[in-house]
Amino acid sequence: MNLRLQKILLPLSAFDLEVDVTVQRHVTAIFGPSGAGKTSLLEVIAGLRRPKSAHIQLDDKALSNLPARHRRIGYVPQDLALFPHLSVRQNLFYGHKGISDADNIFSFDHVTSVLEIQPLVDRGVSDLSGGEKQRVAVARALLSAPRLLLLDEPLSSLDAKLKLKIIPYLKRIRDEFQLPMLYVTHDEEEVRALCDEVLVMKEGKIIATHPADSTQWSVL
Amino acid sequence: MTVEDWQIVWFTAWVSALSTVIILPFGLAISWLLARRDWPGKSLIETLISLPLVMPPVATGLILLKVLGRRGPIGGFLHDHFNSDLVFTWRAVLIALGVMSFPLLVRSVRVAFEEVDPRLEQIARTLGASNWRVFCTITLPLAKRGVIAGMILAFARALGEFGATIMVAGMIPGKTETLSLAIYQNVQLGHDDYAFRLLAISVAFAFAAVWISELLLLKKGRKR
Repeated sequence: MNLRLQKILLPLSAFDLEVDVTVQRHVTAIFGPSGAGKTSLLEVIAGLRRPKSAHIQLDDKALSNLPARHRRIGYVPQDLALFPHLSVRQNLFYGHKGISDADNIFSFDHVTSVLEIQPLVDRGVSDLSGGEKQRVAVARALLSAPRLLLLDEPLSSLDAKLKLKIIPYLKRIRDEFQLPMLYVTHDEEEVRALCDEVLVMKEGKIIATHPADSTQWSVL
Repeated sequence: MTVEDWQIVWFTAWVSALSTVIILPFGLAISWLLARRDWPGKSLIETLISLPLVMPPVATGLILLKVLGRRGPIGGFLHDHFNSDLVFTWRAVLIALGVMSFPLLVRSVRVAFEEVDPRLEQIARTLGASNWRVFCTITLPLAKRGVIAGMILAFARALGEFGATIMVAGMIPGKTETLSLAIYQNVQLGHDDYAFRLLAISVAFAFAAVWISELLLLKKGRKR
């Protein structure tokens, strides 16, 4: 994977988001305190915010000028944003239309079995527990066959016990789908468990890049 | 109730329902644009849409009369090219009801659209949905109670419309006579019993419409 985020400039209320970085590792954490601009960066990449300038390229595909719906970027926001009026099945199929290849790794059967959500598909979204909602939101993003998966603090709303339960699922996604991922978090434990590389972010800027297993980034 | 009563009730009900159905697509489009987009002239259009709520209905009716009459831009065009007249026909009633109830529809639908979490619409787009699909599958279903409440309010407003209707459509029995016009005319003629009978029907209609609308809004509030 080669994700180039060049000349990204987005004025925010307290500071400007200014990013110029190339991401080459499989799972990259964007690590930093709350309010550092991590979510804004993901939103720019997903096409949900219009920056003043940006050149975003994933391998040989330029994404900056495409609208969000044509970028094929799976985005799981912090609040999950499951559609409350649709069943779990309808949520999962929302982005799945037109991808019918049974051998596809992003097939319905494969994704739902990896995340072990098959027993949930006929339930309503409001009937799910926090951890179940989490898995359904990730599955919904995967079923749209994305080129890149953006996870915005996916475990922040879960208690420590539930976190331990969900981390293995995220590891399975990483290993099964071989999908490049940007993983926003401010939890060191999650970074060490899941990521290859860490981009440390502060006040809208990437201030350091380190391998996830190094000890340097955690003291910043 | 006499055959004549039924005729007036039926005419009022269907012309009110038809005007509500006709303004619905325009109401949805304008409400969405007001709720979700910023554009030049937005506040001007908002004000124009709300004008019939605050202007005297007869003044709105007079404007309609000038625009739709044979010497007006729309009425003149229709008369010259299609040999068709609008004023003093049931179509004029339809237009008067639509214009007068449009602001109520837009107010209710706009609020309903604003209450839909934009995050859900954004996520739908990242899943490959077009703006139209997002509107049909996310925005509209989540706003449906507000939309239905707005339709009922618009229908109820149309049922009771008087001033604009009498200006642009007159009071022609069997042709343009609605419940409100019939009540007014019968009071003028001293037929109080008949007027009170029509009044009771009118109150029952309005009560049912507002009650259903309130129930829907109450359910919406509880759901939140």
